[in-house]
Amino acid sequence: MLKLNKRDTLLFVIVTAMVLLAPFLLNPFPQGSSMAQMFNAGYPDLMQRFVIFGILVIGFNILFGLTGYLSFGHAAFLGIGSYAAVWMFKLLSMNIIPALILSMIVAGIFSLVIGYVSLRRSGIYFSILTLAFAQMSYNLAYSVLGNPSSSYNLTNGETGLQLALNDPRILDGAAAANGALPVTKLFGLAMRDSYNLNVGGWLFTFNVGYYVAGILMLISFYISIRIFRSPFGMMLRAVKSNQQRMNYTGLNTKPYTLAAFVISGMYAGLAGGLLSSMDPLAGAERMHWTASGEIVIMAILGGVGTLIGPIVGAGFNEYFKNILSKINDGVLHQWLSFLPDGLENFIVGILHYFVGKGWHLTLGLLFMMVIIFLPGGLVEGGQRLAKMFKRKKTDDGSDSNNTPAE
Amino acid sequence: MDQILLQILNGLDKGSAYALIALGLTLIFGTLGVVNFAHGALFMIGAFCAVTLQRILNISTVTIDPTKTDFLGNPATIKTPVVETWFGPEMGASIIDWSVPLAILFAIPIMAAVGFIMERGLIKHFYKRPHADQILVTFGLAIVLQEVIKAFYGANPIPTPAPEAFRGSFDFGTYLGYEANAIIYPYWRMVYFAFSAVIIAAVFAFLQFTTFGMVVRAGMADRETVGLLGINIDKRFTIMFAIAACVAGLAGVMYAPINSPNYHMGMDFLVLSFVVVVVGGMGSLPGAVLAGFMLGILEAFASMNQVKAIFPGIDQIIIYLVAIIIILTRPRGLMGRRGVMEE
Repeated sequence: MLKLNKRDTLLFVIVTAMVLLAPFLLNPFPQGSSMAQMFNAGYPDLMQRFVIFGILVIGFNILFGLTGYLSFGHAAFLGIGSYAAVWMFKLLSMNIIPALILSMIVAGIFSLVIGYVSLRRSGIYFSILTLAFAQMSYNLAYSVLGNPSSSYNLTNGETGLQLALNDPRILDGAAAANGALPVTKLFGLAMRDSYNLNVGGWLFTFNVGYYVAGILMLISFYISIRIFRSPFGMMLRAVKSNQQRMNYTGLNTKPYTLAAFVISGMYAGLAGGLLSSMDPLAGAERMHWTASGEIVIMAILGGVGTLIGPIVGAGFNEYFKNILSKINDGVLHQWLSFLPDGLENFIVGILHYFVGKGWHLTLGLLFMMVIIFLPGGLVEGGQRLAKMFKRKKTDDGSDSNNTPAE
Repeated sequence: MDQILLQILNGLDKGSAYALIALGLTLIFGTLGVVNFAHGALFMIGAFCAVTLQRILNISTVTIDPTKTDFLGNPATIKTPVVETWFGPEMGASIIDWSVPLAILFAIPIMAAVGFIMERGLIKHFYKRPHADQILVTFGLAIVLQEVIKAFYGANPIPTPAPEAFRGSFDFGTYLGYEANAIIYPYWRMVYFAFSAVIIAAVFAFLQFTTFGMVVRAGMADRETVGLLGINIDKRFTIMFAIAACVAGLAGVMYAPINSPNYHMGMDFLVLSFVVVVVGGMGSLPGAVLAGFMLGILEAFASMNQVKAIFPGIDQIIIYLVAIIIILTRPRGLMGRRGVMEE
């Protein structure tokens, strides 16, 4: 199907089903129960983040997973995409299609320039070059290009770029005359519209923005599968395993790596544009280098160089960030109330540093654990588990087959 | 002319910080071949050593003085720092006043221990792994250390004043024949510059004139041969890691009065110090020092109003711009050796 082999088709179908049914899958607990408040993730904002960061990390994986070039400046493209999309909303129309197209084009141009320069070096130098470019973009967006009093205020600095009532909006300027800020939409469908479905105690929310982003993620995922299986993807893997040998055979690897860099930059631009489409506000902090670090963390958590890894990583990171930051001391006390008081207070006192505002610490530790013990990320962890069970089964099978023969 | 002199002086203190951090980074890279993204966190831990010592010295006993009342009419409480009861009021007060310089003594064992644990506990296991893994695991460690500090000290910057004697500024211009107030420079920045010069000189002297340093230099040049000669080079490299951690930590201790320590100061300095190392040349100690001072001064010049009028915002990007140009034109950096990190 769709020119994919059997395994990839299966994978794609599973991912498609998960994306389409996410509002059900992510809301396993009935509305209003205490478990729902903690573990339900089926609300639009979070679901949108799942798929948008999924797109971002899928793109990052095309560069890092296939070529092995570790870019530490990918958040710059995300930020650039966000700004481009908000400008489109301000100048042209609230329809998200021109905004997404522009954000991909602008991010593509930036990644072409930055990639052309950075790819002249490899290894750690490449990482530091991309880091330098990203910090440069961040500083520019934060200070010079964001100075409201100057004539070239592109980013609006610390406040962030946002919509205003007196924006031109050439195509649908008249529609916004009622004094309220217009909302982003895809033709007639507003991004923030949702359809609520009540089944028994459960409440399922089907959000327009989520499905738009989800379908775009499926398209991105499909393209990434095709890239992974194409001769182009093979060439990129060859670059990863031994670039020198490729050069000795007389092949110029630069166009291939540059193409991979631009593709992943455009993925990041699309993700940035989608972030702005869901909430038309773009700030410079999206471009800070720690944000780039977070992209790397998501990719590593999931599993670099695998197809499904980026989606797993992005989802895992966002979900746990969400849950961990919701747990506070009160919740911990409630959970541990079966313990004797002294022990309960002691354990809560320790866990206090790992939840709530301390979620960064937990994710940092988890990230280190994954790098130390599971270089292939959660996907490799899953494969190892699967193998372990499989081996056990075959062992059992062979044993039972062998004994009668003896 | 006085403007130029002023900018050079302004660049020196930031340049000193860059040079010290970059020196430590290069020491680690040159000896162990590890790219340490947690080095900024070591700088931050150093600064928080100063904060901690200040807090320890300010532990007080509270007594109630019934003869005086505060503005609400309650008896006034008097806080007497324990140090003052131990050493007498004058001596005690001056010990508290000098808490930042004293923190140097306090920080050295702590930083050495942190460095030792870091190398033996974590980085040792990453020598054989690709550079990308080393970057990532130390990046994770940096996040963890930063969050631990944030959990214990809060997210706000903590003012850590310099000793009273160094708090003012000093009119440099009058000594050189310029009019008064043309070149004003805070005393503490002078101290910082002098301190970093001493540390840098000490590190170089240690490497150049001691047997230990000689072995380490030999190990940096050819680790395998030194190992074959029956020298336990790993042990010496571990000690060098601890020394590099001390250098970063001391840079942080003394920087605390210039910029109140906060939990993300390490990350802020880290990117810049990497750029410094790359500009200086990976693995070159003099290159790191030179590039540190050069970029610090360059940044100071770029933030002059006359320059900013021509290129707005140049002060924000000058360092990165220079780094990009240098990496592209001189891939080995200013003083990099052949064959270091060239895949």
